[in-house]
Amino acid sequence: MLNILVSIKQVPDTTNIRINPETGTLIREGVPSIINPYDVVALSLACYLKNQFGGSITVITMGPPQARLALKEAMEFGADRIILLTDRKFAGADTLATSYTLAETIKYLERENPFHLYLFGKQAIDGDTAQVGPGVAARLKVPVITYVTKIENIDLKEKIIILHRKTEKGVEIIKAKLPVLITCEKDLAKSPFVPLSEILKAVKSEPEIFAADGPVKFEREKLGLKGSPTQVKKVFTPELKKDTLIYDLSTTSIDEVVMKIIHILEEKKII
Amino acid sequence: MKEVWVFIEQEELKIHPVSFELLGIAQKLAKDLSGKVSAVLVGHNVKPLVEEIFAYGAEKIYVVDHKVLSYYRHIPYVYALTYLAKKYKPEIFLIGATTLGRDLAGGVATLLETGLTADVTELSIDPETKNLLMTRPAYGGNIMATIVCPNHRPQMATVRPRVFPIPEREEGKIGEVIEEKMELTEEMAGVERIGFLPKEKTVNLEYADIIVAGGKGIGGKEGFEILKELAHLLNGEVGASRFAVESGWISYEHQVGQTGKTVRPKVYFAFGISGAIQHRAGMQNSDFIIAVNIDPEAPIFKIADLGIIGDWKEVATALIRALKNRRGS
Repeated sequence: MLNILVSIKQVPDTTNIRINPETGTLIREGVPSIINPYDVVALSLACYLKNQFGGSITVITMGPPQARLALKEAMEFGADRIILLTDRKFAGADTLATSYTLAETIKYLERENPFHLYLFGKQAIDGDTAQVGPGVAARLKVPVITYVTKIENIDLKEKIIILHRKTEKGVEIIKAKLPVLITCEKDLAKSPFVPLSEILKAVKSEPEIFAADGPVKFEREKLGLKGSPTQVKKVFTPELKKDTLIYDLSTTSIDEVVMKIIHILEEKKII
Repeated sequence: MKEVWVFIEQEELKIHPVSFELLGIAQKLAKDLSGKVSAVLVGHNVKPLVEEIFAYGAEKIYVVDHKVLSYYRHIPYVYALTYLAKKYKPEIFLIGATTLGRDLAGGVATLLETGLTADVTELSIDPETKNLLMTRPAYGGNIMATIVCPNHRPQMATVRPRVFPIPEREEGKIGEVIEEKMELTEEMAGVERIGFLPKEKTVNLEYADIIVAGGKGIGGKEGFEILKELAHLLNGEVGASRFAVESGWISYEHQVGQTGKTVRPKVYFAFGISGAIQHRAGMQNSDFIIAVNIDPEAPIFKIADLGIIGDWKEVATALIRALKNRRGS
């Protein structure tokens, strides 16, 4: 039996983001929220492993109250327990405070029944930091294996996992002892088929709510904005200005344009 | 004296160029702090590398040489760096935002309980507070954010390859080497590499001199065949926008931008790319940008050196023809 923890994040769909041109801030209204796509891979992997080995899936997320919708959706992947960390004291957390909050919660959840696998997406598409997974692993004192593309084998008796991870030069095949924390690449698992009965169950489910004052005992000064060493000093849209030489093909001939390009390539000793 | 640290990323005794790029910017930061540039070199039998590291501007090198560090593994590397940083207390610690560097930095910053800013594209020292100003694209590259870490040290950042130029190499420079002995064991590593499948063909986008890139306007896989031919004629590589990659027209290795690669070729061709921040963040440091787009309002024209308003295909095919004629004659 595999005891699996999945950590997910609700994010704005960044492909739909708009910026207020006057203030340079995000327009959040009307931007749909989704489960971070790499976390969907982690949920899919959990679902697949549960079907293969049996066991249970616990899903946690930290976020505003509406992040409960992400957890309800996680139920469709066969989650047994869903937990929402929500409190104003958690707000404004950078990756250090986030990894603290998640790691303390995980330690609390596994007091009696330790997890074998901690699954995270490789990064969240709103921040793209890829720092929370390794941060949580450091706090749990377990090995982290990032950018995982394939689980080759899990031997539950020997507590051994063999997996593939992507590096810049190729694919590393890694053997590790459970428990490990894995961050998931896009191709690691496909979304499972969800029977209607599970969808209906998901609709009715509600997450357990964890706040700053319980049930996990947090050190207050390590939470949220207070616990975050990094601060955003300024947010801006970069100004663009460059002396651009413009040719319009409706007024300039293609031959002239090509000549110009060839000339530039010659000048730069490319041809 | 305040020290600006640079992690030297090496595999099989080959230093990743991003480490030299970081030594370059570290010199500038150290100057503004009246401090010095130190390199951190971790691995096994790595001492032959020190000359090269001094040549690129390090004034001091901390070395941890141990068999357990013979190839990159998270726990022993994190342990070694955390140990050094706790002992010598750098002001700033820079790590390349490579696959390896990003895996490493999160663990180190957590154990040092300090801030870490990911994927930084601009670095400077605030003249008043002397804090490090770290600027990075956020929200998928839709906006830029400047991050500070005022009350914790070291101030840590991962920096994208190719954001900063490689500094001039000065042969014969030497400095201080500090070797740290450390107790490391195979068991503490927790993982073992039991095989490696090298990539069949690597796309060397980051260090290519010529990039011929295509976006939404290309319209499909067929269009990229034309760009491949042009890239081939120029000995370049093919790049792509996120849209083109997500549409399945070309593989992820070709993606330029915030979620892809940062590049700085001598010439960057942007065919049918509108130029959202997320793309620009990856290519705006190119020496010369040639943009072709049907839409005269496309933001790409604001950062291009040469802008051509018109059909990308007409320009690409005419250029291919001209290059072939040139070869023939």
